[in-house]
Amino acid sequence: MARTIVITSGKGGVGKTTTAAAMAMGLAQRGHRTVVIDFDVGLRNLDLIMGCERRVVYDFANVINGEANLNQALIRDKRCEHLFILPASQTRDKDALTQEGVGQVLEELRKTYDYIVCDSPAGIEHGALMAMYFADDAVVVTNPEVSSVRDSDRMLGILSSKSRRALENDEPIREFLLLSRYSPERVASGEMLGVEDVQEILALNLLSVIPESKAVLNASNAGTPVILDVESDAGQAYSDMVARYLGEERPMRFLEMERKGLFSRFFRG
Amino acid sequence: MDSELASTAPAFELKAAGFTLPVIRLLRLDMDAVEAQLLPKVQQAPGFFQHTPVVIELNALPSADEEVGFPQLVGLLRGLGMIPVGVRGGGAAQHEAAKAMELAILSDAAKPGAKPEVVDDLALELPVTGQSAKPQIGIETGSHLVDRPVRSGQRVYAAGGDLTVLAAVNSGAELMADGNIHVYAPMRGRAIAGLHGDRAARIFCSDLQAELVSVAGHYRVSDSIPAKLKGCQTQVFLDHDVLRIEPL
Repeated sequence: MARTIVITSGKGGVGKTTTAAAMAMGLAQRGHRTVVIDFDVGLRNLDLIMGCERRVVYDFANVINGEANLNQALIRDKRCEHLFILPASQTRDKDALTQEGVGQVLEELRKTYDYIVCDSPAGIEHGALMAMYFADDAVVVTNPEVSSVRDSDRMLGILSSKSRRALENDEPIREFLLLSRYSPERVASGEMLGVEDVQEILALNLLSVIPESKAVLNASNAGTPVILDVESDAGQAYSDMVARYLGEERPMRFLEMERKGLFSRFFRG
Repeated sequence: MDSELASTAPAFELKAAGFTLPVIRLLRLDMDAVEAQLLPKVQQAPGFFQHTPVVIELNALPSADEEVGFPQLVGLLRGLGMIPVGVRGGGAAQHEAAKAMELAILSDAAKPGAKPEVVDDLALELPVTGQSAKPQIGIETGSHLVDRPVRSGQRVYAAGGDLTVLAAVNSGAELMADGNIHVYAPMRGRAIAGLHGDRAARIFCSDLQAELVSVAGHYRVSDSIPAKLKGCQTQVFLDHDVLRIEPL
Protein backbone atom coordinates (compact mmCIF):
# COMPACT_ATOMS: atom_id res chain seq x y z
CA MET A 1 0.00 0.00 0.00
CA ALA A 2 1.47 3.33 -1.08
CA ARG A 3 2.11 5.93 1.59
CA THR A 4 1.97 9.66 1.03
CA ILE A 5 4.48 11.58 3.16
CA VAL A 6 4.29 15.35 3.50
CA ILE A 7 7.41 17.28 4.44
CA THR A 8 6.12 20.41 6.13
CA SER A 9 7.05 23.06 8.70
CA GLY A 10 5.03 26.25 8.52
CA LYS A 11 8.19 28.32 8.62
CA GLY A 12 10.36 28.90 5.59
CA GLY A 13 14.04 28.19 5.22
CA VAL A 14 14.17 25.36 7.75
CA GLY A 15 15.17 22.65 5.27
CA LYS A 16 11.95 21.18 3.89
CA THR A 17 13.15 20.76 0.33
CA THR A 18 16.52 19.38 1.46
CA THR A 19 14.65 16.91 3.64
CA ALA A 20 12.18 15.97 0.92
CA ALA A 21 15.04 15.29 -1.49
CA ALA A 22 16.92 13.24 1.09
CA MET A 23 13.84 11.28 2.14
CA ALA A 24 12.90 10.46 -1.44
CA MET A 25 16.43 9.48 -2.41
CA GLY A 26 16.87 7.41 0.75
CA LEU A 27 13.67 5.47 0.18
CA ALA A 28 14.46 4.94 -3.50
CA GLN A 29 17.99 3.74 -2.72
CA ARG A 30 16.46 1.02 -0.60
CA GLY A 31 14.55 -0.16 -3.64
CA HIS A 32 11.18 1.45 -2.98
CA ARG A 33 9.53 3.04 -5.99
CA THR A 34 9.36 6.66 -4.93
CA VAL A 35 8.12 9.89 -6.42
CA VAL A 36 8.82 13.31 -4.92
CA ILE A 37 6.44 16.16 -5.76
CA ASP A 38 7.20 19.87 -5.48
CA PHE A 39 4.10 21.67 -4.20
CA ASP A 40 5.80 25.05 -4.13
CA VAL A 41 4.11 26.44 -7.22
CA GLY A 42 5.74 29.65 -8.35
CA LEU A 43 8.85 29.16 -6.20
CA ARG A 44 10.02 25.76 -7.26
CA ASN A 45 13.35 24.60 -5.87
CA LEU A 46 13.18 20.85 -5.69
CA ASP A 47 14.37 20.47 -9.29
CA LEU A 48 17.52 22.40 -8.37
CA ILE A 49 18.20 20.36 -5.26
CA MET A 50 17.65 17.18 -7.26
CA GLY A 51 19.80 18.47 -10.09
CA CYS A 52 17.18 17.96 -12.79
CA GLU A 53 16.30 21.60 -13.53
CA ARG A 54 17.41 21.32 -17.14
CA ARG A 55 15.18 18.38 -17.84
CA VAL A 56 11.85 19.94 -16.83
CA VAL A 57 9.37 19.99 -19.70
CA TYR A 58 5.96 19.57 -18.13
CA ASP A 59 5.05 20.14 -14.52
CA PHE A 60 2.49 19.33 -11.82
CA ALA A 61 0.13 22.10 -12.95
CA ASN A 62 0.20 20.84 -16.55
CA VAL A 63 -0.83 17.39 -15.33
CA ILE A 64 -3.65 18.77 -13.18
CA ASN A 65 -4.93 20.83 -16.10
CA GLY A 66 -4.77 17.85 -18.43
CA GLU A 67 -2.16 19.47 -20.66
CA ALA A 68 0.25 16.61 -20.14
CA ASN A 69 -0.01 13.12 -18.75
CA LEU A 70 1.89 11.98 -15.69
CA ASN A 71 4.52 10.02 -17.58
CA GLN A 72 5.42 13.09 -19.61
CA ALA A 73 5.87 15.20 -16.52
CA LEU A 74 7.72 12.71 -14.29
CA ILE A 75 11.50 12.97 -14.46
CA ARG A 76 13.49 9.85 -13.72
CA ASP A 77 16.48 10.48 -11.49
CA LYS A 78 19.80 9.75 -13.16
CA ARG A 79 21.39 8.31 -10.01
CA CYS A 80 18.62 6.06 -8.82
CA GLU A 81 16.23 4.25 -11.13
CA HIS A 82 13.47 3.96 -8.53
CA LEU A 83 13.20 7.71 -8.03
CA PHE A 84 11.00 10.11 -9.98
CA ILE A 85 10.51 13.83 -9.62
CA LEU A 86 7.34 15.78 -10.37
CA PRO A 87 8.37 19.43 -10.56
CA ALA A 88 6.19 22.40 -9.69
CA SER A 89 5.20 25.07 -12.15
CA GLN A 90 7.29 28.21 -11.88
CA THR A 91 4.93 30.40 -13.87
CA ARG A 92 1.59 29.91 -12.14
CA ASP A 93 0.28 30.65 -8.71
CA LYS A 94 -0.74 28.23 -6.02
CA ASP A 95 -4.39 28.23 -7.07
CA ALA A 96 -3.28 26.03 -9.95
CA LEU A 97 -3.47 23.19 -7.42
CA THR A 98 -7.11 22.22 -7.03
CA GLN A 99 -8.06 19.65 -4.45
CA GLU A 100 -9.66 17.35 -7.03
CA GLY A 101 -6.69 17.72 -9.34
CA VAL A 102 -4.14 16.95 -6.65
CA GLY A 103 -6.28 14.07 -5.42
CA GLN A 104 -6.50 12.54 -8.88
CA VAL A 105 -2.76 12.82 -9.51
CA LEU A 106 -1.93 11.28 -6.13
CA GLU A 107 -4.47 8.51 -6.69
CA GLU A 108 -2.83 7.63 -9.97
CA LEU A 109 0.66 7.71 -8.45
CA ARG A 110 -0.45 5.42 -5.64
CA LYS A 111 -1.06 2.69 -8.17
CA THR A 112 2.58 2.46 -9.19
CA TYR A 113 4.65 3.93 -6.38
CA ASP A 114 5.41 2.79 -2.84
CA TYR A 115 6.12 6.24 -1.44
CA ILE A 116 4.93 9.67 -2.53
CA VAL A 117 6.94 12.43 -0.89
CA CYS A 118 5.26 15.85 -0.98
CA ASP A 119 7.51 18.87 -0.52
CA SER A 120 5.26 21.51 1.02
CA PRO A 121 5.72 25.25 0.54
CA ALA A 122 6.15 27.42 3.63
CA GLY A 123 3.13 29.01 5.23
CA ILE A 124 -0.32 27.66 6.02
CA GLU A 125 -2.02 28.87 2.85
CA HIS A 126 -3.50 26.96 -0.05
CA GLY A 127 -0.28 25.38 -1.35
CA ALA A 128 0.70 24.02 2.05
CA LEU A 129 -2.84 22.79 2.72
CA MET A 130 -2.90 20.95 -0.60
CA ALA A 131 0.46 19.32 0.16
CA MET A 132 -0.70 17.96 3.51
CA TYR A 133 -4.36 17.26 2.77
CA PHE A 134 -3.91 13.75 1.39
CA ALA A 135 -0.95 12.78 3.60
CA ASP A 136 -0.68 9.51 5.50
CA ASP A 137 2.51 10.55 7.29
CA ALA A 138 3.93 13.97 8.08
CA VAL A 139 7.52 14.92 8.75
CA VAL A 140 7.57 18.29 10.50
CA VAL A 141 10.91 19.97 9.90
CA THR A 142 11.87 22.25 12.76
CA ASN A 143 14.91 24.35 13.59
CA PRO A 144 15.88 24.58 17.25
CA GLU A 145 14.55 28.09 17.77
CA VAL A 146 11.30 29.36 19.24
CA SER A 147 9.64 30.76 16.13
CA SER A 148 10.22 27.59 14.15
CA VAL A 149 8.91 25.46 17.02
CA ARG A 150 5.77 27.53 17.31
CA ASP A 151 5.12 27.39 13.56
CA SER A 152 5.60 23.63 13.60
CA ASP A 153 3.17 23.40 16.48
CA ARG A 154 0.64 25.36 14.45
CA MET A 155 1.21 23.08 11.48
CA LEU A 156 0.61 20.02 13.67
CA GLY A 157 -2.69 21.54 14.76
CA ILE A 158 -3.69 22.00 11.14
CA LEU A 159 -2.65 18.44 10.30
CA SER A 160 -4.91 17.13 13.02
CA SER A 161 -7.90 19.24 12.00
CA LYS A 162 -7.80 20.00 8.27
CA SER A 163 -6.28 16.94 6.62
CA ARG A 164 -8.37 14.38 4.80
CA ARG A 165 -7.74 11.79 7.51
CA ALA A 166 -8.93 14.23 10.18
CA LEU A 167 -11.99 15.39 8.27
CA GLU A 168 -13.07 11.86 7.35
CA ASN A 169 -12.39 10.62 10.87
CA ASP A 170 -9.87 8.17 9.53
CA GLU A 171 -6.87 6.98 11.52
CA PRO A 172 -4.86 10.14 12.25
CA ILE A 173 -1.76 11.10 10.28
CA ARG A 174 1.47 9.63 11.72
CA GLU A 175 3.49 12.68 12.73
CA PHE A 176 7.28 12.74 12.96
CA LEU A 177 9.70 15.43 14.02
CA LEU A 178 12.90 16.21 12.17
CA LEU A 179 15.19 18.66 13.89
CA SER A 180 17.45 20.36 11.38
CA ARG A 181 20.30 22.86 11.48
CA TYR A 182 21.19 21.63 14.94
CA SER A 183 24.36 23.02 16.42
CA PRO A 184 25.42 21.37 19.72
CA GLU A 185 27.84 24.22 20.45
CA ARG A 186 25.09 26.81 20.24
CA VAL A 187 22.77 24.62 22.32
CA ALA A 188 25.48 24.37 24.98
CA SER A 189 25.92 28.13 25.00
CA GLY A 190 22.17 28.61 25.35
CA GLU A 191 21.65 30.28 21.98
CA MET A 192 19.58 27.41 20.63
CA LEU A 193 16.92 25.14 22.05
CA GLY A 194 18.07 21.63 22.84
CA VAL A 195 16.41 18.43 21.60
CA GLU A 196 14.63 17.98 24.94
CA ASP A 197 13.27 21.53 24.89
CA VAL A 198 11.79 21.06 21.45
CA GLN A 199 10.46 17.62 22.33
CA GLU A 200 8.84 18.97 25.48
CA ILE A 201 6.77 21.37 23.40
CA LEU A 202 6.04 19.31 20.31
CA ALA A 203 5.96 15.83 21.88
CA LEU A 204 6.52 13.91 18.67
CA ASN A 205 8.35 10.85 17.47
CA LEU A 206 11.85 12.20 16.63
CA LEU A 207 13.11 10.88 13.29
CA SER A 208 16.56 12.44 13.30
CA VAL A 209 18.65 15.42 14.27
CA ILE A 210 20.44 16.96 11.29
CA PRO A 211 23.52 18.91 12.34
CA GLU A 212 24.20 22.32 10.85
CA SER A 213 26.62 21.39 8.10
CA LYS A 214 28.41 22.88 5.13
CA ALA A 215 27.64 19.68 3.29
CA VAL A 216 23.99 20.74 2.93
CA LEU A 217 24.78 23.93 1.03
CA ASN A 218 27.43 22.21 -1.06
CA ALA A 219 24.97 19.47 -1.95
CA SER A 220 22.29 22.01 -2.93
CA ASN A 221 24.73 23.88 -5.12
CA ALA A 222 25.76 20.66 -6.79
CA GLY A 223 22.19 19.47 -7.28
CA THR A 224 22.85 16.30 -5.30
CA PRO A 225 20.62 15.29 -2.38
CA VAL A 226 22.85 15.51 0.69
CA ILE A 227 21.98 11.93 1.67
CA LEU A 228 24.30 10.81 -1.16
CA ASP A 229 27.22 12.51 0.59
CA VAL A 230 27.79 9.52 2.86
CA GLU A 231 30.95 10.99 4.36
CA SER A 232 29.15 14.04 5.73
CA ASP A 233 27.44 14.23 9.11
CA ALA A 234 24.26 15.62 7.53
CA GLY A 235 24.19 12.82 4.97
CA GLN A 236 24.51 10.21 7.71
CA ALA A 237 21.86 11.88 9.82
CA TYR A 238 19.48 11.79 6.86
CA SER A 239 20.24 8.08 6.34
CA ASP A 240 19.25 7.57 9.97
CA MET A 241 16.04 9.46 9.27
CA VAL A 242 15.06 7.12 6.46
CA ALA A 243 16.02 4.04 8.48
CA ARG A 244 13.98 5.17 11.48
CA TYR A 245 11.03 6.09 9.29
CA LEU A 246 11.08 2.52 7.99
CA GLY A 247 11.05 1.23 11.56
CA GLU A 248 14.73 0.53 12.24
CA GLU A 249 16.12 1.37 15.66
CA ARG A 250 19.22 3.52 15.53
CA PRO A 251 20.84 5.52 18.30
CA MET A 252 20.62 9.30 17.94
CA ARG A 253 23.82 10.86 16.68
CA PHE A 254 25.29 14.34 16.38
CA LEU A 255 23.78 15.59 19.62
CA GLU A 256 27.09 16.17 21.39
CA MET A 257 29.78 18.70 20.69
CA GLU A 258 32.72 17.38 18.74
CA ARG A 259 35.37 16.43 21.20
CA LYS A 260 38.56 18.27 20.55
CA GLY A 261 41.32 15.78 19.82
CA LEU A 262 44.34 15.64 22.06
CA PHE A 263 46.53 17.14 19.38
CA SER A 264 44.34 20.10 18.55
CA ARG A 265 43.99 20.82 22.24
CA PHE A 266 47.69 20.52 22.70
CA PHE A 267 48.59 22.82 19.86
CA ARG A 268 46.01 25.41 20.79
CA GLY A 269 47.22 25.12 24.35
CA MET B 1 -11.22 24.65 -17.20
CA ASP B 2 -12.92 24.13 -13.86
CA SER B 3 -14.55 20.82 -13.41
CA GLU B 4 -18.18 20.54 -12.39
CA LEU B 5 -17.17 19.72 -8.84
CA ALA B 6 -14.87 22.66 -8.47
CA SER B 7 -17.53 25.15 -9.47
CA THR B 8 -20.28 23.79 -7.19
CA ALA B 9 -18.25 22.99 -4.09
CA PRO B 10 -18.55 25.85 -1.60
CA ALA B 11 -15.53 28.09 -1.90
CA PHE B 12 -16.27 30.21 1.15
CA GLU B 13 -18.59 30.76 4.06
CA LEU B 14 -19.99 34.12 4.94
CA LYS B 15 -19.96 34.66 8.67
CA ALA B 16 -20.34 37.48 11.10
CA ALA B 17 -17.72 37.95 13.77
CA GLY B 18 -17.06 40.62 16.31
CA PHE B 19 -13.57 41.93 16.93
CA THR B 20 -12.11 44.00 19.67
CA LEU B 21 -9.95 46.68 18.09
CA PRO B 22 -8.04 49.52 19.63
CA VAL B 23 -9.76 52.83 18.99
CA ILE B 24 -7.89 56.09 18.57
CA ARG B 25 -10.33 58.65 19.89
CA LEU B 26 -9.40 62.00 18.46
CA LEU B 27 -9.94 64.87 20.86
CA ARG B 28 -8.32 67.54 18.72
CA LEU B 29 -7.50 67.96 15.06
CA ASP B 30 -3.87 68.81 15.68
CA MET B 31 -2.15 65.84 13.99
CA ASP B 32 1.30 66.99 15.07
CA ALA B 33 0.18 66.78 18.68
CA VAL B 34 -1.29 63.33 18.01
CA GLU B 35 2.02 62.23 16.61
CA ALA B 36 4.04 63.67 19.47
CA GLN B 37 1.83 61.97 22.07
CA LEU B 38 1.35 58.67 20.26
CA LEU B 39 5.01 58.04 19.61
CA PRO B 40 6.03 57.41 23.25
CA LYS B 41 3.06 55.08 23.73
CA VAL B 42 4.07 53.00 20.75
CA GLN B 43 7.65 52.91 21.92
CA GLN B 44 6.51 51.54 25.27
CA ALA B 45 4.86 48.55 23.64
CA PRO B 46 5.97 48.26 20.03
CA GLY B 47 4.78 44.67 19.78
CA PHE B 48 1.26 45.62 20.69
CA PHE B 49 0.88 48.12 17.87
CA GLN B 50 2.71 46.23 15.16
CA HIS B 51 0.24 45.21 12.41
CA THR B 52 -2.65 46.04 14.72
CA PRO B 53 -5.84 47.17 13.04
CA VAL B 54 -7.08 50.41 14.61
CA VAL B 55 -10.26 52.41 14.34
CA ILE B 56 -10.27 56.21 14.37
CA GLU B 57 -13.10 57.61 16.41
CA LEU B 58 -14.37 61.08 15.56
CA ASN B 59 -17.19 61.38 18.12
CA ALA B 60 -15.17 63.33 20.63
CA LEU B 61 -14.13 66.06 18.21
CA PRO B 62 -15.64 69.46 18.92
CA SER B 63 -17.25 69.69 15.48
CA ALA B 64 -18.45 67.06 13.01
CA ASP B 65 -17.82 69.36 10.06
CA GLU B 66 -14.20 70.31 10.36
CA GLU B 67 -11.71 68.67 8.08
CA VAL B 68 -9.72 65.87 9.65
CA GLY B 69 -6.21 65.47 8.24
CA PHE B 70 -6.78 61.84 7.25
CA PRO B 71 -3.81 61.57 4.87
CA GLN B 72 -1.45 62.73 7.58
CA LEU B 73 -3.12 60.63 10.27
CA VAL B 74 -3.22 57.46 8.18
CA GLY B 75 0.38 57.98 7.16
CA LEU B 76 1.34 58.48 10.78
CA LEU B 77 -0.45 55.34 11.97
CA ARG B 78 0.95 53.22 9.17
CA GLY B 79 4.41 54.60 9.86
CA LEU B 80 4.06 53.36 13.43
CA GLY B 81 3.13 49.89 12.19
CA MET B 82 -0.63 50.10 12.73
CA ILE B 83 -3.25 49.36 10.10
CA PRO B 84 -6.03 51.95 10.18
CA VAL B 85 -9.16 50.13 9.06
CA GLY B 86 -12.01 52.57 9.53
CA VAL B 87 -13.60 55.50 11.26
CA ARG B 88 -16.47 55.72 13.69
CA GLY B 89 -18.70 58.72 14.20
CA GLY B 90 -18.20 62.09 12.57
CA GLY B 91 -20.09 63.98 9.88
CA ALA B 92 -20.82 63.33 6.22
CA ALA B 93 -17.89 65.39 4.93
CA GLN B 94 -15.53 63.58 7.23
CA HIS B 95 -16.91 60.26 5.99
CA GLU B 96 -16.24 61.29 2.41
CA ALA B 97 -12.67 62.19 3.30
CA ALA B 98 -12.26 58.88 5.13
CA LYS B 99 -13.59 56.93 2.13
CA ALA B 100 -11.10 58.70 -0.07
CA MET B 101 -8.39 57.23 2.18
CA GLU B 102 -9.97 53.75 1.79
CA LEU B 103 -11.16 53.73 5.38
CA ALA B 104 -14.37 51.91 6.21
CA ILE B 105 -17.21 53.78 7.91
CA LEU B 106 -18.10 51.73 10.97
CA SER B 107 -21.47 51.89 12.64
CA ASP B 108 -21.68 54.26 15.53
CA ALA B 109 -23.17 51.84 18.03
CA ALA B 110 -20.82 52.57 20.87
CA LYS B 111 -22.18 50.52 23.71
CA PRO B 112 -20.15 51.08 26.81
CA GLY B 113 -19.51 47.84 28.61
CA ALA B 114 -20.29 45.67 25.62
CA LYS B 115 -18.68 42.28 25.86
CA PRO B 116 -15.21 42.40 24.39
CA GLU B 117 -15.05 38.70 23.70
CA VAL B 118 -16.12 37.12 20.44
CA VAL B 119 -18.58 34.49 21.47
CA ASP B 120 -20.91 34.04 18.52
CA ASP B 121 -18.51 32.67 16.01
CA LEU B 122 -16.06 30.40 17.68
CA ALA B 123 -14.17 28.33 15.24
CA LEU B 124 -14.13 24.99 16.98
CA GLU B 125 -11.05 23.07 16.13
CA LEU B 126 -11.36 20.21 18.49
CA PRO B 127 -8.36 17.98 18.17
CA VAL B 128 -9.40 14.67 16.74
CA THR B 129 -8.94 12.17 19.50
CA GLY B 130 -9.28 9.15 17.28
CA GLN B 131 -12.48 8.17 19.02
CA SER B 132 -14.94 10.66 17.71
CA ALA B 133 -17.48 9.72 20.36
CA LYS B 134 -15.42 11.29 23.12
CA PRO B 135 -15.97 14.98 22.42
CA GLN B 136 -19.65 14.31 21.82
CA ILE B 137 -20.06 12.77 25.25
CA GLY B 138 -18.29 15.88 26.50
CA ILE B 139 -20.90 18.08 24.89
CA GLU B 140 -23.80 16.14 26.34
CA THR B 141 -22.58 16.40 29.88
CA GLY B 142 -21.46 19.95 29.37
CA SER B 143 -17.78 19.09 29.89
CA HIS B 144 -14.89 18.38 27.60
CA LEU B 145 -11.90 16.16 28.07
CA VAL B 146 -8.94 16.67 25.76
CA ASP B 147 -6.10 14.15 25.92
CA ARG B 148 -3.92 15.29 23.03
CA PRO B 149 -1.69 18.36 22.95
CA VAL B 150 -3.53 21.56 22.11
CA ARG B 151 -1.37 23.13 19.43
CA SER B 152 -0.64 26.72 18.60
CA GLY B 153 -3.61 28.18 16.74
CA GLN B 154 -6.10 25.59 18.02
CA ARG B 155 -9.08 26.65 20.09
CA VAL B 156 -11.06 24.38 22.30
CA TYR B 157 -14.34 25.54 23.77
CA ALA B 158 -16.38 23.71 26.35
CA ALA B 159 -19.84 25.19 25.99
CA GLY B 160 -21.82 25.19 29.18
CA GLY B 161 -19.30 23.25 31.24
CA ASP B 162 -15.77 22.53 32.35
CA LEU B 163 -12.77 21.85 30.18
CA THR B 164 -10.14 19.37 31.29
CA VAL B 165 -6.90 19.00 29.38
CA LEU B 166 -4.46 16.17 30.09
CA ALA B 167 -1.77 17.15 27.56
CA ALA B 168 0.30 20.27 27.04
CA VAL B 169 -1.38 23.46 25.89
CA ASN B 170 1.16 25.24 23.72
CA SER B 171 1.86 28.87 23.20
CA GLY B 172 -0.70 30.34 20.81
CA ALA B 173 -3.41 27.82 21.73
CA GLU B 174 -6.64 28.93 23.36
CA LEU B 175 -8.84 27.16 25.88
CA MET B 176 -12.30 28.47 26.61
CA ALA B 177 -15.00 27.21 28.90
CA ASP B 178 -18.21 28.51 30.33
CA GLY B 179 -17.16 26.78 33.55
CA ASN B 180 -13.77 25.89 35.01
CA ILE B 181 -10.60 24.97 33.14
CA HIS B 182 -8.24 22.27 34.42
CA VAL B 183 -4.86 21.63 32.81
CA TYR B 184 -2.75 18.71 34.06
CA ALA B 185 0.31 19.43 31.90
CA PRO B 186 2.31 22.55 31.02
CA MET B 187 -0.12 25.36 30.25
CA ARG B 188 1.61 27.76 27.85
CA GLY B 189 -1.36 29.13 25.92
CA ARG B 190 -4.42 31.16 26.86
CA ALA B 191 -7.13 30.05 29.23
CA ILE B 192 -10.46 31.82 29.39
CA ALA B 193 -12.83 30.48 32.03
CA GLY B 194 -16.33 31.77 32.68
CA LEU B 195 -16.57 32.86 29.08
CA HIS B 196 -20.20 33.87 29.43
CA GLY B 197 -19.60 35.75 32.62
CA ASP B 198 -19.61 33.08 35.33
CA ARG B 199 -17.62 34.87 38.04
CA ALA B 200 -17.28 31.72 40.11
CA ALA B 201 -15.34 29.93 37.39
CA ARG B 202 -11.70 29.08 38.10
CA ILE B 203 -8.63 27.94 36.25
CA PHE B 204 -6.46 25.18 37.72
CA CYS B 205 -3.02 24.47 36.29
CA SER B 206 -0.42 21.93 37.33
CA ASP B 207 2.27 23.95 35.57
CA LEU B 208 1.33 27.55 34.85
CA GLN B 209 3.26 29.23 32.05
CA ALA B 210 0.23 30.83 30.43
CA GLU B 211 0.23 33.73 27.99
CA LEU B 212 -3.07 34.90 29.36
CA VAL B 213 -5.55 33.80 31.99
CA SER B 214 -9.04 35.21 32.22
CA VAL B 215 -12.10 34.66 34.37
CA ALA B 216 -15.39 36.31 33.40
CA GLY B 217 -13.64 38.97 31.35
CA HIS B 218 -10.98 39.86 33.95
CA TYR B 219 -7.63 38.91 32.58
CA ARG B 220 -3.91 38.93 33.22
CA VAL B 221 -1.21 38.50 30.62
CA SER B 222 2.03 36.62 31.19
CA ASP B 223 3.90 39.81 32.10
CA SER B 224 1.62 40.45 35.05
CA ILE B 225 1.72 36.90 36.39
CA PRO B 226 4.23 36.83 39.26
CA ALA B 227 7.39 35.02 38.18
CA LYS B 228 7.45 32.92 41.34
CA LEU B 229 4.13 31.33 40.39
CA LYS B 230 5.30 30.30 36.95
CA GLY B 231 5.74 26.59 36.59
CA CYS B 232 3.81 25.98 39.82
CA GLN B 233 0.50 24.39 40.68
CA THR B 234 -1.84 27.32 40.74
CA GLN B 235 -5.43 28.37 40.66
CA VAL B 236 -6.83 31.52 39.12
CA PHE B 237 -10.05 32.97 40.44
CA LEU B 238 -12.00 36.15 40.79
CA ASP B 239 -12.04 37.75 44.24
CA HIS B 240 -14.52 40.62 44.02
CA ASP B 241 -13.13 42.41 40.98
CA VAL B 242 -9.55 41.27 41.35
CA LEU B 243 -8.19 38.34 39.39
CA ARG B 244 -6.06 36.36 41.83
CA ILE B 245 -3.45 33.77 41.01
CA GLU B 246 -2.48 31.64 43.97
CA PRO B 247 -0.46 28.49 44.53
CA LEU B 248 -2.43 25.37 45.28
